[in-house]
Amino acid sequence: MKTPFLRSPYAGLLLLALVLALMPFLVRNDFHYDLLTKICLTATVAVGLNLLVGYAGQVSLGHAAFYAGGAYASAILTSQYQITPLPAMLIAAAGVGVIAWLVGRPILHLKGHYLSMATLGLGVIAAIVLNNEDQLTGGPDGIGLPPLSLLGHELSVFGEYPFAGLTLTGVELWYLLAAAVLLLAVLLALNIIDSPLGRALRALHGSEIAAQVAGVDTARFKLRVFVISAVYASVAGSLYGHYSGFITPGIASFEHSIELITIVVLGGMASTFGVIIGAVILVLIPQFLTDFQELEMVVFGAILMAVMIFLPRGLLPTLLSRFQRGAR
Amino acid sequence: MLSEFFQFTFSGVTLGAIYALVALGFTLIYNASHVINFAQGEFLMIGGMGTVVLLEAGAPLPLAMLGALLLAGVAGVVLYKLAIAPAKKANVVTLIIITIGASIFLRGLAQFFWGKQYHALPRFSATESISVGGATLLTQSLWVLGIAVVLVVALALFFNRSRLGKAILATSMNKDAARLAGIKTQTILTLAFGISALLGAVAGVIVAPITFTAYDVGIMLGLKGFVAAAIGGLGSSTGAIVGGLLLGLSEAYTAGYISSDYKDAVPFVIILAILFFLPNGLFGSRAVERV
Repeated sequence: MKTPFLRSPYAGLLLLALVLALMPFLVRNDFHYDLLTKICLTATVAVGLNLLVGYAGQVSLGHAAFYAGGAYASAILTSQYQITPLPAMLIAAAGVGVIAWLVGRPILHLKGHYLSMATLGLGVIAAIVLNNEDQLTGGPDGIGLPPLSLLGHELSVFGEYPFAGLTLTGVELWYLLAAAVLLLAVLLALNIIDSPLGRALRALHGSEIAAQVAGVDTARFKLRVFVISAVYASVAGSLYGHYSGFITPGIASFEHSIELITIVVLGGMASTFGVIIGAVILVLIPQFLTDFQELEMVVFGAILMAVMIFLPRGLLPTLLSRFQRGAR
Repeated sequence: MLSEFFQFTFSGVTLGAIYALVALGFTLIYNASHVINFAQGEFLMIGGMGTVVLLEAGAPLPLAMLGALLLAGVAGVVLYKLAIAPAKKANVVTLIIITIGASIFLRGLAQFFWGKQYHALPRFSATESISVGGATLLTQSLWVLGIAVVLVVALALFFNRSRLGKAILATSMNKDAARLAGIKTQTILTLAFGISALLGAVAGVIVAPITFTAYDVGIMLGLKGFVAAAIGGLGSSTGAIVGGLLLGLSEAYTAGYISSDYKDAVPFVIILAILFFLPNGLFGSRAVERV
């Protein structure tokens, strides 16, 4: 069965690339670029987390720990061990992947909410360690990171870079980099969903026992996708650290983990493009609520509940199915 | 040495009793509806903060406490009626997110109306502490333990002796069969949320004179109560009580003998260890699922 190109996910990827490429014509200032960069990095985490939640049906309540793991490992490796940012980022991602593997391996054999409990525990422990080991992590005050660099060329948000007759600011370049990372993340996710691993995951989400009977080693597949999603978070965390130049233990908090899982559920579980919309909404909500800062939590909680009650499949999948029904 | 040990044990058992009450709340709702209610911690906050606010408004302590408990009970019922019941067909992940949304919502309301300051409630007895074996025992700890024991016994009687309690048990065992037997399961579920909220609020009120209370105390207390329930196997009442006490004691001993910086990490290290080595909790039975 061959799906026509327009209905395949790769058409969505093309559309996403187009939207990302058009953004620079719509934005006016550095602040807008800053929001866009944050959206792209957050969406990257969400695309990875969606593989776990949407396809493997497992909830991680501690993904902020992996994000913070990447960011802090990058910070410590670059500032205290003089390792350049890119190798540091790779070491961080590998380290986070190993931790996820160690935590996931004994637990993903079990059915039920156990991964949520374990990741919740891991997340809270990570936040406490980051707050207390101040010689290594700077404690509650946070820790600085050098700008990203490749072969001695630095990419600083304050820099200016002449390129093919144009002069790009550091902020603009960072947006392009984050957008490229997001596109790569989506491409990779689409390939995973379309691979034997993805098919196995969908099978086990439908019915784990049926999948096992059909010969799918469900525990191994769940473990693999859990590690992949953790590595996604780690890389995005490292990049965010270099981008902002300064990180605090807040990025490892339970609240941040909740934010990440909210993005996935809000945008639409098992919808790669839905979760990107989820990331856009979640990064932008605080901007629209600046006038009602006191009520931000109330509004956020109410939106979360309302979407879950009335659109339990998430924004994009619900809207798409309404649209298709209407077109018929 | 021994007096130190007594001291840590006293504070551990006090904390443990609080965690046990929160864990019982989790267990009750989980059994009745299979929802893990992440808003459970907010009921403690409503109990503590509600009492503070009513006291400031001029109510005497017993009346203020009663009012706060009532408020929490109403919040529990409203949570079920407005947020959980309408999402009938939702899957577990969605339900968990709804309760998380509810907890953020309630915390936000508390912050908006009651402010961000930390408050201490007056202790229930005039005497602050008595000396036992060289250690100081807070009279408030005795209140906590006494009330927790009374509540546990009352709950046990309620579930084993009263028709209503048995109806809740029946609903938690098999909802459809319970409905066929003429039990109004909707009412039962509402009741489970209300009772669970009351339990949480009582815990929040009795602990507030020892620790402090503020709009955001529900997060940590709720998460630790959840861990206590999970240690007990998530669904076992005995397990929840033992889990709570175990958690309180290990936290107090860690704070006393090892490092007070890491005492908050203890429950979460325990839950990871249990998941690795005893995945069904200390009291959970091996689940057999029909396909």
